[in-house]
Amino acid sequence: MTYLRAPLSNHETKAIMQNYELMVIFTPVLSEDEFKAAQKKFVDFIKANSGEIVHSNPWGLKSLAYPIQKKTTGIYWVMEYVAPTDINEKLKIQLLRDEQVLRHIVIKLDKYAVEYNTKKRSGVSTGTEKAVEG
Amino acid sequence: MVYLQEPKKQWRVNTMAKANDIKYLTAIKTEKPRKKFCRFKKYGIRYIDYKDAEFLKKFLNEQGKMLPRRITGNSLKYQRKVSEAIKRARQMALLPYVTDLLK
Repeated sequence: MTYLRAPLSNHETKAIMQNYELMVIFTPVLSEDEFKAAQKKFVDFIKANSGEIVHSNPWGLKSLAYPIQKKTTGIYWVMEYVAPTDINEKLKIQLLRDEQVLRHIVIKLDKYAVEYNTKKRSGVSTGTEKAVEG
Repeated sequence: MVYLQEPKKQWRVNTMAKANDIKYLTAIKTEKPRKKFCRFKKYGIRYIDYKDAEFLKKFLNEQGKMLPRRITGNSLKYQRKVSEAIKRARQMALLPYVTDLLK
């Protein structure tokens, strides 16, 4: 690759890190061990690509609001991670290829979202409870 | 019925108040509708979680359609965020796209 001028120092030396949240729906036929293995596969993938796991939360078996691939239940898994921005395209390929995955979504978290998630994890009130009555 | 203005002349035929009309000449106690407000601004909520389906149901009607700002009172900024969260929740089958009797 040739540059017309020297690249900005940040681009080459330090990849830009972002907060992301991944939610995956696995097929309901997975056993407990298979579910763990599937989680580990993606966790390892992120770690291998210089990402870092913030929190992993397996919701477990949950009924879907509408059938996906003729299945009415799915195993949910939510994970927060910090990773360089180019990881998501690679992760997407992995997720789409995987036949155990019914559906997935990757969300970029802004600072308020990170704050919300930390509060929710530690059990502090997030402020949403008040709005429910209002 | 309380008239703010004099009834129009063409009603002259019936201007005599009937006995059962008289009770309405005293002020009727009607409760003024409460002013709507944006709950996100009021309570300082900055992020709307798409995972919290129960909360998002407040902004849906019973067919699972989104309620307009006219009814919820959300500010435009937060209505946009609510709509984003609802659409994400629908994608992930946390909320239905179409249904009956959601509530």
